[in-house]
Amino acid sequence: MELLLVIVIGLLYSGGVYLILRRSMVKLLLGIMLLGNGTNILIFLLGKITKGSPPVINEAYKVFQDIYADPIPQALILTAIVISFALTSFAIVLLKRVYALVDSDDLDDLNTPEEEEL
Amino acid sequence: MKSAILQTATRYLLPILLLFSFFLLLRGHYYPGGGFVGGLVAAIAFVLHSFANGTANTMKILRYKPLSLIPIGLAISTLSVVAPLLFGLPPMTGLWFEEPIPVIGMIGSALFFDLGVYLVVIGVVLTILFTIALEQ
Amino acid sequence: MIDNHILAPVFVQLFTAIAQLMFWRKTVTQRFLSVGGSIIGLLVAIRLFSRTQSEGILTMNAANWDAPFGIVFVADTLSVTLVLLTSIAGVAVSIFSSVSLSRQRMLYGYFPIFHFLIMGLYGAFLTGDIFNLYVYFEVIIISSFVLMTLGGRKAQLEGAVKYMAMNILASMFFLTGIGILYGITGSLNMADVAMKIQLVQNKTLVGITSCFFIIGFGIKSAVFPLYYWLPSSYHTPPSAVAATFGGLLTKVGIYAMIRVLSLIFIPDDFTKTLLMVIAVLTIVTGAFGALIKTNVRRLFSYLIVCHIGFMVGGIAMFTKVALMGTVFYLIHDIVVKTTMFLIAGLIRQLRGTLEMEKLGGLYRDYPKVSLLIAVVLFSLVGIPPLSGFWPKIFLFQDSFSQQQYFFAAALLFGSFVTLFVIARMWSKVFWKNPPEEENVEDRFAPMQPYKKLLMLLPIAFLCGVTLYIGLNAEAIVNVTDKISNQLIDNSSYIKAVLGEKTN
Repeated sequence: MELLLVIVIGLLYSGGVYLILRRSMVKLLLGIMLLGNGTNILIFLLGKITKGSPPVINEAYKVFQDIYADPIPQALILTAIVISFALTSFAIVLLKRVYALVDSDDLDDLNTPEEEEL
Repeated sequence: MKSAILQTATRYLLPILLLFSFFLLLRGHYYPGGGFVGGLVAAIAFVLHSFANGTANTMKILRYKPLSLIPIGLAISTLSVVAPLLFGLPPMTGLWFEEPIPVIGMIGSALFFDLGVYLVVIGVVLTILFTIALEQ
Repeated sequence: MIDNHILAPVFVQLFTAIAQLMFWRKTVTQRFLSVGGSIIGLLVAIRLFSRTQSEGILTMNAANWDAPFGIVFVADTLSVTLVLLTSIAGVAVSIFSSVSLSRQRMLYGYFPIFHFLIMGLYGAFLTGDIFNLYVYFEVIIISSFVLMTLGGRKAQLEGAVKYMAMNILASMFFLTGIGILYGITGSLNMADVAMKIQLVQNKTLVGITSCFFIIGFGIKSAVFPLYYWLPSSYHTPPSAVAATFGGLLTKVGIYAMIRVLSLIFIPDDFTKTLLMVIAVLTIVTGAFGALIKTNVRRLFSYLIVCHIGFMVGGIAMFTKVALMGTVFYLIHDIVVKTTMFLIAGLIRQLRGTLEMEKLGGLYRDYPKVSLLIAVVLFSLVGIPPLSGFWPKIFLFQDSFSQQQYFFAAALLFGSFVTLFVIARMWSKVFWKNPPEEENVEDRFAPMQPYKKLLMLLPIAFLCGVTLYIGLNAEAIVNVTDKISNQLIDNSSYIKAVLGEKTN
């Protein structure tokens, strides 16, 4: 299970980096989303997947340790998902606006010289 | 996109989904659920309605702009966060009523926090989706 | 010491923002609420600052959970100093934007978002939990995205795409770092992590983790290989927004770097060398960028990058004197960079452009305003009695005692370039005769007198603050001395957070 997750993380990261390095804005966004998911799985993995070290329970109580996983990574992932939801939705609206104005998906076209306004 | 099946189904699904979202909100303190998920389900209910009947009609049944839910929800959440300060406790401490209330169960400041989150999520999601939908 | 009220500044800003959301589209009410909320925030911050000065480090356990388990908020001297400075800058920007910003932008919610941004800054300074720091960083960047895109001009949106991509990437690095850190220490409380990380055997892993944090904070604070998003985006939004960004946002990265390096990853020789190389290159490239720019705000953007290098260099030496210099420079930089972008906004109002070739004759037309601006510019350059001078003395002195001659040279080079570009800007914008064929679009002269006053007031206020910092340097040195003591010896911080349990 751990090995599988490690491979998944590697794939998500490499895919994300590859997409970010492309010139398309949509691929940039997709790459960021893949990186975000990879990070979430990384946190999940590092929090020890099933039997963990629950934070509050004393180490002497072996019984509890077998049942309870560490809930903190899950809380962290949940928070990170909520945040990336907000970021992604904002980014989609932004890229849509930019596409409507620039009429191009290519990041290299984003070089309008300064137009002055307050 | 007009589909008689979807429209008929939505007529029944909308109240059921809203009820389910409220159920998720109430059980959220000890079980899976809570304000965020509940809010998303409620927002999805309205999105489904807008798929079936068009965005304009959905805005009509909502009566108020979804944007106006955000300050109300934020205010409820923040007040429930600040309330423990009045009792000399640190912010965000859970305050609970002594006796359980029938049907709903124990009520504490955590529920009001979740209620605020619920409203904010509905407001934000619907605002974003309506903005994207109306631009086209 | 436990004090349940240290989050008061955060709540003040939050309630201000909520009240403004309730008065959506009523821009006049929002302006009054904004200025009122900022002033209350400033008063609360002053109270917090004086309490910390008299009672030492204050902590608060959120939700009444004991320290390593719950989220803890810590107000040590560094945090409250930055909260205080943020409040000062916040008041000034709030007043300035209430008269200078177009109504169109206010209708789309400029003020609530601005207060959410300030709330995020307060939270980031006050939190003692590394994941909570991440959350506040996200609050800051989401608010700053909205502020940056508000108005929706083409150049603005293009700048925002670059800004957004780089900042989200920085958050990813930061989050990955947190994930690994949690994996190796099993804690998120920074004081607790500081204790546990010393027991970790695998020092290589710790080093790699620290690199994740340094890259994340490096993108945010715009250091050498990672700063390109800053000059290509900071000149696009309105000057009031650019003032908040230039004065405060990059400094949060520096703050986080100081905090994490002083508590968790105490710099070893490799980190020190790495940071020193970054610092020198940041100063040099930022200075070269500033040399060739002819637009006032682009010039200021490169100066931000150049001066970030000074602070990173101070962190890289990581001695008491160097940290005093860094923190002093941080204090000075927040005030002065905010003022500079406000000045750019004022010049824009006076002349309708920020291209230096098209400007001129400001000293002839507005001698008093020009003198006010001159004080700030002198302070930026570091003319002796003003605030920019003192931190450079500390940094310079320590770079010699640490034998960091490259940094000393870069410091001198950066200071001279700053002097040169500011002098060139002064002669072109204020002394030179305006080009004849240009028709000047002066929006300042026809304004009502109270609006003129409100526009100059924030600049004069911040100018007064920088004069105070410069002339009363002894008081500031005392504060920075206290801060760097707490940073070098982090046991007082750890003890304040975890209580007596540690020993």
